Amino acid sequence: MLGYTEKIKAIAGRLLKECAVDMVIGFRKGTLPMMNEPCFATTPEAVESLVWDSNCGINLANYLTDRKEKVAVVAKGCDSRNIVTHIIENKIKRDQLIIIGVPCSAMIDRRKISRMVAGEILEVSETEATIKVKTADAEALFDKAAVLQQNCALCTHRNPVIYDELVADPVAEQTDIDRYADIRDIEALSATEKRDYFDDLLQPCIRCYACRNACPLCYCPTCFVDESKPQWVGKGQDPIDVRIFHFLRAYHCAGRCTDCGACERACPVGINMRLLTRKLEKDCQEEFGWEAGLSLDQRPALDVYKTNDPETFIK
Amino acid sequence: MELMGMEPDRLHFSWISSAESTKFVKVVKEVTEKVKAIGPNQHFTKNTAKVA
Repeated sequence: MLGYTEKIKAIAGRLLKECAVDMVIGFRKGTLPMMNEPCFATTPEAVESLVWDSNCGINLANYLTDRKEKVAVVAKGCDSRNIVTHIIENKIKRDQLIIIGVPCSAMIDRRKISRMVAGEILEVSETEATIKVKTADAEALFDKAAVLQQNCALCTHRNPVIYDELVADPVAEQTDIDRYADIRDIEALSATEKRDYFDDLLQPCIRCYACRNACPLCYCPTCFVDESKPQWVGKGQDPIDVRIFHFLRAYHCAGRCTDCGACERACPVGINMRLLTRKLEKDCQEEFGWEAGLSLDQRPALDVYKTNDPETFIK
Repeated sequence: MELMGMEPDRLHFSWISSAESTKFVKVVKEVTEKVKAIGPNQHFTKNTAKVA
């Protein structure tokens, strides 16, 4: 994975030189360690700032919505699935896109790492299997596998499902992963316990909507939470309004979410709202055998009617 | 809704044709009985500010 940066630069530089695309969307180093940010390169010179490492957790499909120009985009497994969803939902045309596929070897969780070291992190470097963190007065070495984002640890689609160029050979996919162990644990609780669990989970929410903004699925011109005529949901921090926001946000992503983890990553208070989207993902898989964004030819689960659709909840 | 802690008996779905009056009555009876049994909704409610 460490050689990806050079290959991405080479491909991006070539595409821009040949004028095959107007812009390349990739990552560059952020101003803080472990905070890579999107980079929009429009000239061959600008590709020098492109990078690839284990901090590229942002979902770049988010920046493709309604683009008019020809764009090349760097995409890992989950991004590519969101690009598929975007194409199916007519948010961008396939022929506008050149997808630079990146076989992903998982992203690291900056919160986990910050919790594991004392003091401000000044520098983070990595090898294939380790992460070295430097603070003002100490250095720590972590096993990369121990500090992964949860969604990456549970990922079963690391290779892009759709691409025009691939920066490296596909990586081995993880198999035998139990993606929904934690969801089943919650499902097993009683109604009161569930209520308390989500009260605790959502209590820190400040309604900043970073989760919504980071999500490539959330592209409505006016989001239901911003609407004031009619006002669907209260705008304050009343627990029930917070709940409605998270509940509906998750529902809008039903059958579309690829569990890229951008929402959780963007959250300033570290709420694991992926529990909600993953519950819906689990239901879609169990009820309709559907996984989002795997193919351009299949209509999404909530977009088709089949005579054998399960309807046990209807009396 | 159930995952977030709504009591399973509070939320019901049914498909009733306009010709199925007896089914309508049956379902309404069932729903009211079940909801009465668990009592008023205390948790998924919001106290609106009192305006004088």
